[in-house]
Amino acid sequence: MNAHLAIAPILAPFLAGVLLLALRDLPMPLRRWFALCALLAQVGIAIMLLAAVAGGEILVYRLGNWPAPWGIVLVADRLAAWMVLITTLLALVALIHASDGTDRKGRHFHVLFQMQLFGLTGAFLTGDLFNLFVFFEILLISSYGLMLHGGGAARTRAGLHYVVLNLLGSTVFLFAAGLIYASLGSLNMADLAAKAASVAPENLGLARAGGLLLLAVFALKAALLPLHLWLPATYANTSAPVAALFAIMTKVGAYAILRTSTLVFGDGAGALAGLFEPWLLPAALATLVVGMLGALAATSLGRLAAWLVVSSVGTLLIAFALAQPGGVGTVNAAGIAAGLYYLPHGTFAAALLFLLAEALRRRRPASADAFASDADVARYALWGGVFFVAAVAAAGLPPLSGFVGKFLILQAAAGQPWVWAVILVSALAGVIALARAGSRLFFSATSADAAAPPLPLNEPSSATRELVAIGGLLGLIFALTLGAGPVVEFTRVTALQLADPAAYIAAVLGTEGVAR
Amino acid sequence: MEALIALAIGLLTGCGVYLVLRAHTFPVVLGLTLLSYAVNLFLFATGRLVVGQPPVIGSATAALGQLADPLPQALVLTAIVIGFAMTAFVIMLSLRARAELGNDHVDGQDEGRTGR
Repeated sequence: MNAHLAIAPILAPFLAGVLLLALRDLPMPLRRWFALCALLAQVGIAIMLLAAVAGGEILVYRLGNWPAPWGIVLVADRLAAWMVLITTLLALVALIHASDGTDRKGRHFHVLFQMQLFGLTGAFLTGDLFNLFVFFEILLISSYGLMLHGGGAARTRAGLHYVVLNLLGSTVFLFAAGLIYASLGSLNMADLAAKAASVAPENLGLARAGGLLLLAVFALKAALLPLHLWLPATYANTSAPVAALFAIMTKVGAYAILRTSTLVFGDGAGALAGLFEPWLLPAALATLVVGMLGALAATSLGRLAAWLVVSSVGTLLIAFALAQPGGVGTVNAAGIAAGLYYLPHGTFAAALLFLLAEALRRRRPASADAFASDADVARYALWGGVFFVAAVAAAGLPPLSGFVGKFLILQAAAGQPWVWAVILVSALAGVIALARAGSRLFFSATSADAAAPPLPLNEPSSATRELVAIGGLLGLIFALTLGAGPVVEFTRVTALQLADPAAYIAAVLGTEGVAR
Repeated sequence: MEALIALAIGLLTGCGVYLVLRAHTFPVVLGLTLLSYAVNLFLFATGRLVVGQPPVIGSATAALGQLADPLPQALVLTAIVIGFAMTAFVIMLSLRARAELGNDHVDGQDEGRTGR
């Protein structure tokens, strides 16, 4: 069973997607149940995978049993399993929300959804740079379909920008992979790590250029400044469950930056060690500031949520990029641990805000989710209460997990006053932006309009599904808060595993564990 | 040969970047195509340029460096397939944007008049 555990999270959504394509003529409720069961199975697999690697084991799956670095390997360590679990949990919530009728607004929603998960889990589990490119393409082409799902002029316009930008990103990725292969002679990430230290002097420039081009591509995916401009329009113009699922997409870029900066360009990389370091922290700080400025200027809840995604990427990459306090080496394990705790929180909080924006859009036919006075929404106490909790989570106020995450990041940034100042001031800006949004949306409402038309329901039980999805996200955030002790301990050991990649390299390249 | 290949890649990339920066969807699609040609050529060259050598080590006499690296060829094949699919997709998307937005400007409207 364990032998194939590393590939199971990739195969499960792929098979489910293919079957859903074959079963496309079934009635929609049956397809939904099938997709939901497949996703529940994927959550189960993700939990099993996490349990299998939690003790520090590294599962290596050699496709076709070709030994690395000749064949393609899938590698499941703590970080990969953690990302897979976060992805499947988020997808479960998004799928429940999409089942309220969004999935009827175009064809093949569920197929694209599963293929998106196929690409995401593959990107997290692969141990090969070119294979990472292929999985990026899979998740991107599914995301193009999902992003445009439902159609409409605004969505098409934002979608065109998104697609063209990502195609350019893919081209740059190929240039980067080519440069790295030309200079280091391998594409297997563990093999690259082993070879980076002994790069020939005449190839050093090529290797640096390739590595920095890689950083540019990952920064585009992660929406790091100045490559963040595509994100707000894309996320604000797509349908709510898709925007919620896309909250993990920027984290793929952050994951790839973390993986390459610790493994390939880590402390053992000789002349290439710390290649990303001079760029990452300033860019991440600027991203946080610009994200918060955008949030302050936003005029609707969807835009606000999209800008908060940008700033949460900034916070996350600040945590990943923090310098070692003692000045020894380039990897700050405490910062990475804090970032890995903040990552699921930022993802879930952003998804929650996107779903809330959609809830308001449905209940305020005149002004949608814009910050304008309108007739009070039905059950305003419920929606106002949910918004309050979501805002507390997104702003990083106590007692929810955002506060724990930011506290850990500040703790890891001891002795770096600039980082403290930027994080604290931008947190204040976030509070102001969210408070303004809440008071405009819920307090300045004119009294309930008795003549208002009834809520346009997508389907009979769509309001229930909406509430289940939003409740699920709240539950995940509460669980992250209440379980902070074990989770922080887990992210701490994950960061230590990343800081010392020798075990990873040995597991991939070594002769032990050939039985996979 | 190196200079020729480098010139070809540089020219294709330069034209591609220029076209991608144009304001209408058709030049942008053409630019993306040129860029994908450029990157395919570039990937070929990453295995170093050799002439008349087998791509596999057949005999014991063939020393390292006297064979054509087969891996870039596999990479190029993958890149061509993916690039082809993506080009088809972006053409369809441009046509749809042309239909829905009423013109082929990348922002959905020409400067000077609102085309929506």
